[in-house]
Amino acid sequence: MRPVTHNTKVKVVEAPVGFTGEGFFTTKLSEAIGLARSNSIWPLPFATSCCGIEFMATMAAHYDLARFGSERLSFSPRQCDLIMVMGTISKKMAPVLRQVYLQMAEPRWVMAVGACASSGGIFDTYSVLQGIDQVIPVDVYVPGCPPRPEAIIDGFMRIQDLVRAESIRRRESDQYKELLNSYGIQ
Amino acid sequence: MLSNEYIQKKLVDKFGEAVFQFSEPYGMLTFEADKENNLKVLTFLKEDPELMFTYLNDETVVHYPDAKGKELAVVYLLQNIYAGIRVRFKVYTDIQKPDVFTATSLFETANWLEREAYDFFGVNFVGHPNLIRIMNVEEMDYHPLRKEFPLEDQTRIDKDDDMFGR
Amino acid sequence: MNQKQKQNIQLPEGSLGKQTSTLNLGPTHPATHGVFQNILEMDGERIIDAVPTVGFIHRAFEKIAEHRAYYQITPLTDRLNYCSSPINNMGWHMTVEKLIGANLPKRVDYMRVIIMELARIADHLVCNSVIGVDTGAFSGFIYVFEFRELIYEIFEEVCGSRLTTNIGRIGGFERNFTDIVFQKLDHFLKTFPKAMEEFETLFNRNRIFMERTIGVGGIEAERALNYGFTGPNLRATGIDYDIRTAHPYSSYQDFDFSVPVGTTGDLYDRFLVRNAEIWESVSLIKQALQKMKDLDPSVFHADIPDFYLPEKEDVYTKMEALIYHFKIVMGETDIPVGEVYHSVEGGNGELGFYLISDGGRSPYRLHFRRPCFIYYQAYPEIIKGSMLSDAVITMSSLNLIAGELDA
Repeated sequence: MRPVTHNTKVKVVEAPVGFTGEGFFTTKLSEAIGLARSNSIWPLPFATSCCGIEFMATMAAHYDLARFGSERLSFSPRQCDLIMVMGTISKKMAPVLRQVYLQMAEPRWVMAVGACASSGGIFDTYSVLQGIDQVIPVDVYVPGCPPRPEAIIDGFMRIQDLVRAESIRRRESDQYKELLNSYGIQ
Repeated sequence: MLSNEYIQKKLVDKFGEAVFQFSEPYGMLTFEADKENNLKVLTFLKEDPELMFTYLNDETVVHYPDAKGKELAVVYLLQNIYAGIRVRFKVYTDIQKPDVFTATSLFETANWLEREAYDFFGVNFVGHPNLIRIMNVEEMDYHPLRKEFPLEDQTRIDKDDDMFGR
Repeated sequence: MNQKQKQNIQLPEGSLGKQTSTLNLGPTHPATHGVFQNILEMDGERIIDAVPTVGFIHRAFEKIAEHRAYYQITPLTDRLNYCSSPINNMGWHMTVEKLIGANLPKRVDYMRVIIMELARIADHLVCNSVIGVDTGAFSGFIYVFEFRELIYEIFEEVCGSRLTTNIGRIGGFERNFTDIVFQKLDHFLKTFPKAMEEFETLFNRNRIFMERTIGVGGIEAERALNYGFTGPNLRATGIDYDIRTAHPYSSYQDFDFSVPVGTTGDLYDRFLVRNAEIWESVSLIKQALQKMKDLDPSVFHADIPDFYLPEKEDVYTKMEALIYHFKIVMGETDIPVGEVYHSVEGGNGELGFYLISDGGRSPYRLHFRRPCFIYYQAYPEIIKGSMLSDAVITMSSLNLIAGELDA
């Protein structure tokens, strides 16, 4: 039995740029909120096919996704921040995906994992939706068929960058409303 | 001992001219019958105590657009799992009137297999408990696996057909 | 959403006054592994009737196969049962080899056996650990996935990819097994049995697991045969029908293994049958490695120049190799006309390929006999009268893979 060791090399997130003094620290509100949000994203794994199995490998102990703050996978769209669409979305499934997206609360992000979710993949057929950006707006695309767990984690880190850098007024801005209107979402 | 010749002999003894076109591609006995007799042949193969083909492995449809009057072929693959013998049984039907009797009364397996055949090819199985589309969306109005329909979705505007070799 | 719910179920008149409630166990549900929708009629917690809907991931494999050359269909077959994709690949290659009448050297057969049994172990590990997750035991999943990573590393050494492998070619393998592959296989065979014993100690005589799974989700042997069951689900009911012994392929007749069988067909038996099959697969891999020691180590493909691409050095220097390469890639080889049916024992049962060839570059018709599609029809009958939580773990014990069901 090896002796119990404590992890002495704990990695701490960098504090944002700010003005500090005796007992206080000032910074922008968006930076503080971005820091908190980006390190505690709760994903909704919308796994339909083979990319879902690679996601299971990413969640397992070898390539741990929980160390990025997503320890709790939520399967309810009301409680999640990020929807990870993994696998082929067919035309029968597209209304379901749209319904799940509409049920998510702001702020919400979308990650398309795999070639089938990004653009239809190798299935250029009458029954497969050629990319989920036909029905919902997407933030990050992860290519691969299936993408390696390292690639999924890289996509996740890009989402973290987006979350950290987002302005807190973005979701009420006209640009965002125009984007949603182009998909027919009010 | 159950062999292809013995099965063929028993079928010819029982049905005479109603079963025809016996062949053995790659070792599997294949024969045809008219579509009115398909249930009789299947029942005989299933319930005869020597043949015992009680397991329906697969049921599918093939579309031959050039064979006028016999365009759709319903292919049954039966198996005797105790002796390990397989038999293929084909029934042809016209595409203008694609009515074939259903095999769900004999084998429960045939339920969804026939729904899939209806969805893809349009074969109407008479007597099926629930013959509606299974794989495609409900609103689809054509039968996609027939040879005249293309593979790709024709409503796309962003793919350039010249570049993709179509 | 109401339109979707009325798809398959006809609500009778007077449904406002009815005693039962309708629950939509929808396509996106954490416990349905894959996209399956079930509309359940429930009386409190008991299920009275269930109407399943499939086709949410229909990708039209059979139509795509009519437009692709024979060697281009292998990546398609990967995506059928994606937990054990090498088995699908090998099955397809064997179908084409049966069509063209190719004979393979013994070493290629033994290499195929090793790869297929590794894939079977990977598939059963996913199914069993996910049954554990659904009954609440998450740690079995975490322990066992480390060994799936070892299996993935072996696949990566041979073909370059982890999950959707596209492994092998018509006539053999694309490259020989290197020393690293044999080292990784030895490491796997040394470390896996201990972990598998730990996994069995966690579940097999665990009182909570046994109470949860014994007597749940059972089906009788006669009904199972009528519904077309194959694979571990059929063997759990007591019938020992295994394609590897009934219609042997790839030299399985040279091996000494037994087929584990259950008695009642309920969930506990399926779990135990899959565990026993994992042990049989480990023994098969050891036997194959032993048998390969006496054979010529440089053989890794059959001698069929019409279908197996020649070495690149020969293509650049010799004339016949250049011509064969051109003919194979452009689809000018002579492919025999005929129809053939071949089946392999996949992770879920008899995976069959019905191929009709008309001599052209692509098949005229290719039909996959998918075991999941055929035995999922029995699901409403299995769960009738049981409780909702039992229905959920029954679905995960049937090992339904959405890609195979909806191809």
